[in-house]
Amino acid sequence: MIAEIGHFCLIMAFVLSLVQSTVPHVGAWQRNLALMGVGRSAAIAQFVFLGSAFICLGIAFAISDFSVQLVANHSHSDKPMIYKLSGVWGNHEGSMLLWVLILGIFGGAVAIFGRNLPPSLLARTLAVQGLIGAMFIAFILFTSNPFARLDLAPVNGSGLNPLLQDPGLATHPPFLYMGYVGFSIAFSFAIAALIEGKVEPAWARWVRPWTLAAWCFLTMGIMLGSAWAYYELGWGGWWFWDPVENVSLMPWLAGTALIHSAIVVEKRDALKRWTILLAILTFSLSLVGTFLVRSGVVTSVHAFAVDPERGVFILGILIVTTGGALMLYALRAADLKIANLFSPVSREASLVLNNVFLVSITGGVFLGTFISLIARETFGTDVSAGAPVFNFFFVPLMLGLMVFMSLGPILAWKRGNVVAALFRLKLAAVAAAGAGAAAIIMQQEPWSTLAIVISIWLLVGSMTTIMERALPSGRSTEGIAARLSSLPRAMWGTAVAHAGIAITALGIAVSSYNSAETVMKLKPGQSLEIAGYELKLMSVDDEKGANYTSKAARFELREDGRLIDRMLSEKRNYPNPGSETTEAGIRPGFVGTIYVSLGRAYDDGSWAVRAYYHPLITWIWVGCVIMVIGGTLSLSDRRLRVGAPIRARAAQPSARPA
Amino acid sequence: MKRALLFLPLAVFLTLVGYFAVGLTRNPSEIRSALIDRPLPAFDLPVPGNDTARFTTSELRRDVSLLNIFASWCVACRVEHPLLMRLAVERAVPIYGLAWKDKPQDLKDWIAELGDPYTLIGDDASGRTAIDLGVTGAPETFIVDRKGNVRYKHIGPIDDYQWNNTLKPIIDRLRAEP
Repeated sequence: MIAEIGHFCLIMAFVLSLVQSTVPHVGAWQRNLALMGVGRSAAIAQFVFLGSAFICLGIAFAISDFSVQLVANHSHSDKPMIYKLSGVWGNHEGSMLLWVLILGIFGGAVAIFGRNLPPSLLARTLAVQGLIGAMFIAFILFTSNPFARLDLAPVNGSGLNPLLQDPGLATHPPFLYMGYVGFSIAFSFAIAALIEGKVEPAWARWVRPWTLAAWCFLTMGIMLGSAWAYYELGWGGWWFWDPVENVSLMPWLAGTALIHSAIVVEKRDALKRWTILLAILTFSLSLVGTFLVRSGVVTSVHAFAVDPERGVFILGILIVTTGGALMLYALRAADLKIANLFSPVSREASLVLNNVFLVSITGGVFLGTFISLIARETFGTDVSAGAPVFNFFFVPLMLGLMVFMSLGPILAWKRGNVVAALFRLKLAAVAAAGAGAAAIIMQQEPWSTLAIVISIWLLVGSMTTIMERALPSGRSTEGIAARLSSLPRAMWGTAVAHAGIAITALGIAVSSYNSAETVMKLKPGQSLEIAGYELKLMSVDDEKGANYTSKAARFELREDGRLIDRMLSEKRNYPNPGSETTEAGIRPGFVGTIYVSLGRAYDDGSWAVRAYYHPLITWIWVGCVIMVIGGTLSLSDRRLRVGAPIRARAAQPSARPA
Repeated sequence: MKRALLFLPLAVFLTLVGYFAVGLTRNPSEIRSALIDRPLPAFDLPVPGNDTARFTTSELRRDVSLLNIFASWCVACRVEHPLLMRLAVERAVPIYGLAWKDKPQDLKDWIAELGDPYTLIGDDASGRTAIDLGVTGAPETFIVDRKGNVRYKHIGPIDDYQWNNTLKPIIDRLRAEP
């Protein structure tokens, strides 16, 4: 019964999305407020039905209703409840349902919070959102029905990939989808603006919070995925340039560019066409990601069950969405007037530079991801790009971008002064030089040294505006807290997010070049040495978990003979569906992380033990969290709240640094 | 001219759609290999951990066999590995390994950690043999018949479904050949 209710809700949501995609358009065209208002009601109702459908599927998983095909294929009654629930999106059909649910959440949120938008812009935005929803719900209903029943229900389900039974993996797809799908709002706003034929600074102010929220979620999602790879795959890697990782990185890069170019539209009424194009591209890249994962065009470890029919359907959606948008762009973008010019040395110019870097990197990642497809079909040759190719362009371009990231936020709008700006960055320059000297003394590799210098330059540089405002020259430290808390949240957001990038970059630079690794055959009681620590294998026991058996190896970690930690590394065997996973023992640290994984057993009772020492590796993920905090701070800025009245700035002559 | 430039994104997109559409018609795990139905290119590779043994093409003529291209740095190989182990335990088919551009120590650790499903491993540290075989990435698996001819090439990790529905039927058929 529950599956049928879910199926019914999904059909209702489909019908509502059809209404949402047409009626408000007609209303906006005829200037009929009542018809325009239908968009809001439909969006909210669609969200309610999608939510109900999702809950129904969740219940089917929770009560292990194996008469539902999806539950039978992807769940098992032995599974812990949390993984029964995360199993809802651990498969193609369920993850698509989550995808449209999030689309519905965002659509509903725009309908609820967008009351202050001009009615026609809101109506058109919701209509575009409705069209995207209609296409994806149709995709689910016609090619991937999660509620399909089995004629004969099996006694038990056929389990779930044990690699996926993990908190990191359970939480990372929802975050990723919140990011991917969140960019649909920027897309819908862009299409609505093209239809209306005008982009105003206010438009950017409405779009930015949605984009920023999506960006925060995507950052979090990528971070969780990378952390999962690190601790679950058992060999200490955290990024593989796998096609599916690349397709999450591309919308992130383009979305980062979009957040920045929208600032120029908002503040200076310039870069309008480019921003519209970026909004289209960012969401299109999210769609390309969906297409890639589910069509099998490029092989990847992450690929879902490959089904050409689904690939054709998603390609169709991509053609309608992106093709239609770009066609509209080609026809209408010329109408968007270019309002303001700016000097090559200015805040605007630095944001353009940011976009040039980010878009180049995106293009490089795109080419690297699809080069095998393009080369195969064009030249008949088999080419594939691996990590060296990606690192070759990604590292220099990213470092280049980071050099300018310190400078951008302290340049003035319209016309800046590089010399004055560089002078204000003197502290950053000193710190970077110091870090460089330290790196050279510690005999770092050239690339590592360069990356450390640039990261420190950015870390200190990004705090420059905050420090200047907290301690203006000639003022005492008295009242520093009040001055800090009165700074605009957006300024804090920029500083914190940029510092997050610097911290992630530091983590990458230091851990990539300074990791230690050792492999030893150990009997219980024997120990190995890694990076000055002593790691002693105490025992290896057979243990039984909820739905697996494991060999659990216990270690003691000593520094200078003093016990500092106990570590556990497991090899788990899941009888359903019969596979093995490695659970590495990890002792994360601020300075360095110790990582130990258990290998095979030998006949003489000894075990292969592999241990790593990764300095600063946790900084990679901490930096991502800091970026998200920065984004959230910026999001909480009053100025960005949709519909919030713009606070009069006249009383604060020094609202912006000169 | 400037207006025409606005069509550029659309043109680029449509080109890509063309590629995607063609890409969809191909099953990525069975790209035609120039080697199908032709003899496996001759190679003579060192066997890691055994200085006297060599892994040569003639080794593969004993039975219908799998030649699996893998590497310790390859994540997808790690995913595929448990299946290979199971096939080895069940003695379903002899599996030969070609360690592609791997470091000897990494290779040793990998085998130590995950187990060794291979009848024999050839160490292709330079990647030269992989080029002769037209390898596009790891893992890839060739089915070689008793005459030493390549009969099938699978790209990407093999999963249960592909083993049961594609590879195993081919092997059974080849075994029935004289």
